[in-house]
This record gives sequence, C-alpha cells and structure tokens, in this order.
Amino acid sequence: MTTDTTMKERMNIVIVGHVDHGKSTLLGRLYADTGTLPIGKLEKIQAICQQQGKEFEYAFLFDAFLEEQQQGITIDTARTFFSWGGRQYIIIDAPGHKEFLKNMVSGAARAEAALLIIDALEGVRDQSKRHGLLLSMLGVKQVTVVVNKMDLVSYREDTFKGIEKEYRDFLNQLNVTPQYVIPASAKLGVNIAQVSPETPWYTGPSVLDSLAHFSLETTLTEKPLRLPIQDVYKFDARRILVGRITAGKLKIGDRLVFSPSNKSANIQTIEAFNIDPPPTQAVAGQSVGITLDEQIFVERGQIAAQETDRPLVSTRIRANLFWLGKRPLEIRRPYSLRMATREVPCEIATIHRIVDANNLNDRQTQSSVQRNEVADITLRTKTPMAFDLYTSFETTGRFVLVDDYDVAGGGIITESVPDEQESFRTEARERDSAWVKGDVGTADRAKQYGHQAAVLLLTGPDTTAKGFLARKLETVLVAEGRHAYLLSPENLQRGLDADLVETKPDEVIRRFGEVIRLLTDTGLLVICTTNAFPQASRHLLPTLQTLVNPIPVITIHMAKDLTGPQPDTDLAFAGPENFDDCTHSLIELLKTRGILGESSRGQGEFQFSI
Amino acid sequence: MKHLRQLEDQSVFILREAYKNFDNLAMLWSMGKDSTVLLWLARKAFFGHVPFPLLHVDTSYKIPAMIEYRDRLAREWRLNLIVGQNKKALAEGMNHTKGRVECCTALKTQGLKQLLEDKGYTGVILGVRSDEDSTRAKERYFSPRDKNNEWDFRDQPPELWDQYKISFPPGTHIRIHPLLDWTEINIWEYIKLENIPFLDNLYLDQGTGKRYRSLGCEPCTFPIESTAKNVDEVIIELRNTKVAERAGRAQDEGRGMEQLRKDGYM
Repeated sequence: MTTDTTMKERMNIVIVGHVDHGKSTLLGRLYADTGTLPIGKLEKIQAICQQQGKEFEYAFLFDAFLEEQQQGITIDTARTFFSWGGRQYIIIDAPGHKEFLKNMVSGAARAEAALLIIDALEGVRDQSKRHGLLLSMLGVKQVTVVVNKMDLVSYREDTFKGIEKEYRDFLNQLNVTPQYVIPASAKLGVNIAQVSPETPWYTGPSVLDSLAHFSLETTLTEKPLRLPIQDVYKFDARRILVGRITAGKLKIGDRLVFSPSNKSANIQTIEAFNIDPPPTQAVAGQSVGITLDEQIFVERGQIAAQETDRPLVSTRIRANLFWLGKRPLEIRRPYSLRMATREVPCEIATIHRIVDANNLNDRQTQSSVQRNEVADITLRTKTPMAFDLYTSFETTGRFVLVDDYDVAGGGIITESVPDEQESFRTEARERDSAWVKGDVGTADRAKQYGHQAAVLLLTGPDTTAKGFLARKLETVLVAEGRHAYLLSPENLQRGLDADLVETKPDEVIRRFGEVIRLLTDTGLLVICTTNAFPQASRHLLPTLQTLVNPIPVITIHMAKDLTGPQPDTDLAFAGPENFDDCTHSLIELLKTRGILGESSRGQGEFQFSI
Repeated sequence: MKHLRQLEDQSVFILREAYKNFDNLAMLWSMGKDSTVLLWLARKAFFGHVPFPLLHVDTSYKIPAMIEYRDRLAREWRLNLIVGQNKKALAEGMNHTKGRVECCTALKTQGLKQLLEDKGYTGVILGVRSDEDSTRAKERYFSPRDKNNEWDFRDQPPELWDQYKISFPPGTHIRIHPLLDWTEINIWEYIKLENIPFLDNLYLDQGTGKRYRSLGCEPCTFPIESTAKNVDEVIIELRNTKVAERAGRAQDEGRGMEQLRKDGYM
C-alpha cells in the first residue's frame, strides 16, 4: 500500500459538499494519482463500466453499491484507507444528496478534519452551506475548501475568487476559518496530487499536500479529567470500573468524585490485560479499568472528575440541535437522551428558534423541528444528569436524542439552565464533599445488614391508609431482621423545627430531607409518608431525591382507584387492599432492585450496587 | 505503536458497549487473523475473561489445522465455543461445485442464520474490516439486520459520536463491527505487538514459497506466492503489495460480495 515503514499517527478526514460537486471523483483521483490503489481495482471497475456501456468515472471506485453506480450518486458514507507522509488516514466519502444527510452526519461525526468541495460552475449551493453548518456543530473545526471543476470555467481566477469570498463570509459567521481554499479539477487531476500549471495565479498547496497541514488534537490531556463510567465488572475478586477517558489524565492515588452522586474515593489500581508491568497512569482517549480504595456507589452514566473541577448537574439544558428523525421533533413527546454513557428520558421544553441553514437567519418559531433542520432548544430530563458545556468539553458537552429505536438527532450543549432543585443540589454537594467519614463504609454496612439504605415514600390522597401500610411495612421488615425505621414528619415539629414560628414549607421539607439523609447514611431503610405535607407534597419527592442522592427513593402510590392518569411511581395500589399482599409486593420489588439481600443475613449473596 | 493503541482503545470501547447493552450477545470466530485479534481484544476489554459465547459456523470444508487450533485455544482460554453447521444442506450434497455464491449462502449465511435463530442472539460481534471489501467500507459499527437477516444498506441509521444503535424491534438483531477502522497491516502489527498466537503454519511460508493471506474453506481459498516466514516479513510484504487481500477468495468475484452481504453474509 505504501513504502512508509513507520506509521506515527492516524487521522480521519471527511469529504463533504453538495451533490454532484465531485467528492467521490476527488477521492478516486487522489488514490489513482498517488499510486495507492490495489492492483486490479481500477481494471475491475473499468470492466464493469464497459459491461454496462457507460463511461468510466473515478467515483465508481468507492461508490460500491450497484445502485450508487447506476444513479451516479453516493448513498452511504464509505471509509477508505490512505497512507501518506507517515500518517495513516481514513478518508470518509460522504454523500451530498439532501436525502442522505443522516449518512453525511454519520461520516462527518467520525472526522477530525474536512475537505469541503464546491463546483466552480454551480457555485455555493444548499448543501455546501448546510454541510458547513453541520461540520461546525459536529466539532470538525479544521476545514479546507476545494473549488472543483475549474476546467469548466477555464481556470478563471475571478470565478474562483468570487466563490472563495462568498464561502469564507459564510464560514466566518460560524467562527470557522478554512485552512486553504484550493482551485482544482478532480476529473483532470489539476492541483490534486501536485500543483499544476493550469492555475499559475494560485500559490497554495495541492489537495494532497494540504492534508499534512491538518493537525491532531493534542490539548485534550491538558484539560481537567472527565471519565464517563461505562460499566462496573465483577468477573473475579476485582470490582473494576471501566470507561474511556474523554479529557484529562489520571494516576494511581488520585481522588475521584463521581457526578451526579457526589461520592468520592481514591484510585487503587489501574487494571490491564497482557500489560506488564501494569500501568500507573492513563490519559484522554484511553479505554481504562480502575479499582477504588472504597466500595462506593458507582454506576454507568456517572462522570468521574477531580474534586476541584466537576461537571455541571441539572435537569435542564439549552442546546443547538440538528434533527435527522423520520418524524418531526415535537414538544412534550418522550425521547431518550444519550450523553457519553448516560441515558435518560427527556422532553423538549421550548423550541426557541429554527435556524435556516442557507443564510443562518432565524425562522419563525414553530412547535416542531422537521427532518434536516437545526434548532435552538431547551430540554428537560427526567432525572438530573452530569454534563459540560460544549465549548469547554466536547464529548461530555454533546448528546443524541433517540426516537423509538433510532438515533434521530444530535445536539451540543450551550447553556446549563437552573431548575428548582439548584440550591438543594449545591447544598448536597458541599455537604458531601466536607463530610467526615468513619472507617465503616456504606458497603460494609450493607454487607452486615443484608440490605442497602433506601427511602420508602408513600404518596397519594388522604384516607387511603398510607399511614397504616407504613406501620405495617416497618413491622414486617424489622421482624425479618432488616434495619427499618418509620419517620413521621410531625415528629420534627416540636424539636428540630421548633424555631420555625411562621409556616415555611420549603424549610420544613429541607430539614426533613437532611434528617432522612443522616438516617440513610447509617444504613437504614427509612419509611415515610406525604401525610404531613398536603400542599407541598409535589416538591417533597424531588427535594428528597436531591438531598439523599444517590440513595434510592422508592415511591409507592396509594389511590382510591387506578383509573385515569397516575403519577409515575415504582408501585401503585388501589385501596382498600389486602395490606399483606401490598407488603409482599413491596418486599419483592426491593429484592428485584437489589436493595434487599435474599435473607437478612445474606452475606455473599448480596450484591452491592449494580 | 501509538496508532495501534488508538485502534485498540476504540475497539475495546465498542466491545464494552456491546456487552453492556445486549443481553444475548455472541461473537463470531473463524480462527482467521481478524476474528482472532477480535477475540484477543475481548480478553483485553474484559480483563482476561470472554463473557459471551464464540460461534463458529463450520462448513465442514475448513482446513483441518484450523479446527485443531480452534479447539486448543478454546481449552486454554476457557472459551464458551458453540459450533453451528447447516447439516441439511450438507446432507443434500452442497459444495462449491454447485456455485460458489450458492455454497457460501447455504453453508455460511444460512448456517449463521440458523445458529442465530436457535439461540436467539440479539447482538453478534464480527471481525469484518472496511478495507477488505467496498461494501464493508459502508458499514456502521452497530448495524441492524431485519427479521430475514437482511442488511438494508440503502437506509442505515445515523451513528454519531460513539452513540450506537442499541435498541431495535423484536425479531431483528444488530451486527457489531469493532474492527472496521483496522487495516490488514494493523492486524499484523497488533499480532506482533501483543504476541497473539495465530495459525502460523498457514499464514507463513513453510518453505514452499506460498502462504495464505486470507483463510476460508479449503476449495475456495488459494495461497499467494510469498516467502514471508515471520510476521515482520508479512508486514513488509503487505506494505509493498498492491494486490487486494481477498484476491484469493473465489466468492468475491463480480458482484458476489454485495449480494452475499445484503442477504446476511458476514
């Protein structure tokens, strides 16, 4: 393939631009003129062309599907390998037809740099601009523009300059500066592998030489650490947390804090297979496995960082989003948001504006975003998630939305929007980082008690016997040997809350939440009801969740009947019921969730966290 | 070496995504250099363990040394090996003389389909690479197959930023391709770097001036002229060759691969 004996680095480059402006032809030419095509490849395609009675085109080298060759267009992105000047390139040939924009995006999202092709005769067209906009959103910052088919305009400098100016002005609005703008003819090989005499007025590099001017991102390692947790393995005695470092570096002994749980521990080992001696540090880009010195609660989707620079946490984010879905993006329809390794249900709260890709102007605000449109939106996630702004961290600052079974859109986070839990979340974070721990960890307690700590919250209207079930639960659990405690909020009134002369529902809830936080830290199963908070019960659950995070809050809804829309809870009963059955169902649920071990002294069978 | 570790990190990430998101997952292993590197990467990803079964679709026409090597590694690496075979087609006398594409379809594509149906796998990991063949160049890392195992290459789902297709309608499955970005040279460089045991008596010249560059069924796979006696010499040879890797694989002729792959071939 090449005479280079050492390959120092890899780089992915995407070729984009409007349909029929010559992307595949340029790619084919690049291979042919550098002598890097396999023997027989050219001949095989030439034979097929002859068989079908059509003129040979370089584009056919990579438009592999019969249908692509028959229609003369690229349908799906192709990866091709190209080695030149000590670098191994993967060159991604993307389709230019609007109908295949999702394929262009799939190709461009893998790239570190782009060649954007514009037809000299046709000039800047719809997809030239849309692709430029998408490149900037996909994080492809290095762009070289190739003005192709210069032979059709007699290599005129003024034509070239006109296109160059128009497109530079457009890219400027996106804060993108092209590295080079190159006049070329892919079909005739002008300025492709070497600078040719047809354009004596052009002083820049050929397309081939311009590739070497794309640089690889090297600053990622210098940033603060981001390690999105991918999974937790227990194949043997080791409990290994795995993930790919997306920014920064880590080493044995570093203190990690996990968001949004706020739990922290030190790195004990870095695990690896067939590496001797085992590694002591790792940097951005690496897929790693680490063990911690303490068995804290960690699960997929959390982000490990250093204590001094953590990601943001909220349930609301503002983002620029491009939509590729088969059906339009709509307000209040449920979607799934995936950011790094986190997946969380979400909905669109507001569509602020839709961007017209052609002139980057706003379009009239609508209640939906159509396929291939770009929009500025605010979205709301069901549970809090850790994230960054895209301008600070690429990987943890972008997400995809999944509609039904498919990835249907991608977005970059532009703003963290505070939600009503913001102040409680700050309180919990500051309290947890300053917490003075004893030598007994959460996992030690869980092992001894045969269960994890949890909050069991009974909700629902009055007269559904919530209090009765709560008492029964406590009795049954304690009889089984579990450590359970029923806490009625009224019990705080004359003690802890005695100073609250006026009614301050938020403060009452906050104190109740902090007390429960303390009790769960002792490893207890705490049972409570919303009875004391008839007005404020709506705020009780999110506040409790924020303050006891990451201890689970299991909700049990008691209703008079279960017709009509019901709140989203873990269990629901229509009373009056057989309370023995209710208690039994609840205990089974706790076992399924891994909160209760199989028996009260179930050491060995009990699994701490996932 | 840095580029190999980059490829390794990406493949390990993909394997871990597959393991996390698919309850019924399996990996195809043909004992060739690519799927053996894939198996090694699984041991990397899961710290010496291989937490899913390895499937071998046995056409009965494989070179005997391959089967011996398969059983030895399965023992040494404690693999859960499952061998599938289209016994009906074999009983009816299927072989390459009935047509190479027909034979591949019956013994490999159908053999695989039966195995997947029997076991109900929803995720299947394969060692295909983009540079082997131009239809494989258009694959996604996570690529859906419909109820009939067919690949709708005209309408592939978007795939961006390490967010793969992990949900799918019942009855369909996902093919997972962690090696798409590896080249043939990368595979050999990695075999050398990690000292991975491979079928050296087939892949290296044993003094006859020939070696296999790609392994398949005995009647349809032909060795190439080569005097490469170790991995270094293979790498040097590949850096200077311009002959396609699968030139010795008869079923690829004409539009063979496009049709085969559309119907569910690897």
